Amino acid sequence: MHEQIRTNEVVCLEDIWVYYNGVTALEGVNLSINQNDFLGIIGPNGGGKTTLLKVILGLVKPSRGKVRVLGDTPVRSRKLIGYIPQLSQFDRDFPVSVWDVVLMGRLGHTGRFKRYSDKDKKVAIDTLEIVEMLDLKDRQVGRLSGGQRQRVYIARALVTESKLLLLDEPTASVDKPMQTGFYEFLQKLRKEQELAIIVVSHDIGVISTYVNKIACLNRRLFYHNSKEITAEMLEAAYQCPVDLIAHGVPHRVLKEH
Amino acid sequence: MLEILQYEFMRNALIAGMLASIACGIIGTYVVVKRIVFISGGISHSAFGGIGLGYLLGIDPIIGALFFTLASALGMGIVSKRTDLREDTVIGIIWATGMALGVIFLGLGPGYPPDPWGYLFGNILTVPRSDIIVMLILDAVIILIIFSLYKDFLALCFDEEFATVVGVPTERLYLVLLSLIALTVVVLIRVVGVILVIALLTIPAAISGQLTYSLKKMMIFSILLSAIFTTCGLWLSYVLDLASGAMIILVCFTVFLLSSLSKSLRSQRSYVHA
Repeated sequence: MHEQIRTNEVVCLEDIWVYYNGVTALEGVNLSINQNDFLGIIGPNGGGKTTLLKVILGLVKPSRGKVRVLGDTPVRSRKLIGYIPQLSQFDRDFPVSVWDVVLMGRLGHTGRFKRYSDKDKKVAIDTLEIVEMLDLKDRQVGRLSGGQRQRVYIARALVTESKLLLLDEPTASVDKPMQTGFYEFLQKLRKEQELAIIVVSHDIGVISTYVNKIACLNRRLFYHNSKEITAEMLEAAYQCPVDLIAHGVPHRVLKEH
Repeated sequence: MLEILQYEFMRNALIAGMLASIACGIIGTYVVVKRIVFISGGISHSAFGGIGLGYLLGIDPIIGALFFTLASALGMGIVSKRTDLREDTVIGIIWATGMALGVIFLGLGPGYPPDPWGYLFGNILTVPRSDIIVMLILDAVIILIIFSLYKDFLALCFDEEFATVVGVPTERLYLVLLSLIALTVVVLIRVVGVILVIALLTIPAAISGQLTYSLKKMMIFSILLSAIFTTCGLWLSYVLDLASGAMIILVCFTVFLLSSLSKSLRSQRSYVHA
């Protein structure tokens, strides 16, 4: 914990290898993320992006390598990680309100067999205010728009009082203008709450405008601790020329060459 | 209607119906929202093995069923969480093996094998007082556990992965939930039998799900609906002189059909207005 404060290192992965049923999902991944970093990880579907997040969360145990999160093991630190899973896995008829879902983020703070405390409720209200969803707190989650639901999941991740947000394909089911708004919102949140954020996406478009560091992942991680991605990194990750992907991006990602 | 209450077996039957409604209203809601209908079917059918064993050993078949349902619930839960075996395949195997064991145990028993009809399709009119006490205890256990772990079960059902991340012991909690399904099955066997249990676990909760978006209200509605369905089914079976368990299920199905039709009509109308 002290070490983490001194170095501001939030996540440290050293030579991580993951095998699923004999198939290699991650190959020698090294990654270091500090407080206030906003890292975008792009890569093709099936490139191991979700697996990488699950390694950080301690849901997947690497076959080889060292993981440290907030100066401790992932399992012990994960109460302090705000995880925002992919939106797609969701039953629209599920009888649960926005309020119930946000409070779930407090389960790590409230003991078993206990009701939510007044503090839990206060944190939930404050956080719903931050994500501008307080007036919809009694709405059933299935009757929210994609963007609203995403905000609820962010609130649920934030009430854990986390220092690290992990987002898995956060804008996969949200339209373009909404995506821009969403990333601006994340950017603001990061500055106000001093968070480290990792966003994983197969869509290089919007993500590259807002993040301050970017990595490419296709089993191996291509990362230079900067915002710059070289054509070589992308080609290595996607295994095909990808300069077309950068079209329509407000800021240039690829260097002129 | 009132004159049938003068018979003790009728009063016992109504009480059994009420006790069954409490269990299936609460646990059925979880079965429906967590989409574990198939595993619940496996648990209920495996109960037949326990009933057969009960006969063979000369103990109360309901107690035999309790052990079999608990063992199959925990067995299927552990297999699905800890191994790479396909969950639905394992459920199918345990489902049929439990039934087969029941038939063999009944055949091994002394004398002619007893008639399994009542345990397969329910015979609420023959519920002995001792079974009512067992049902009462199981209901109390179910209510106590759900009341004290309500928020954790909600998180487990809504988003298991997130619940794990924030520190909820989801695997243990899932096994507890399956065990509660096992207890519920035992409560329901007398009323509708091992084969029809799955209908009483799912239909009232499914109808309630069309009426409300709150899990708590869904449970309360399911309890009330099951109480109405079991009472109506019982009365119809008395009037028409037909099997009570099957009659209860047909009442459930009819109301489900009407509820679904009216829901789709309502949503169509609101679509036209919009």
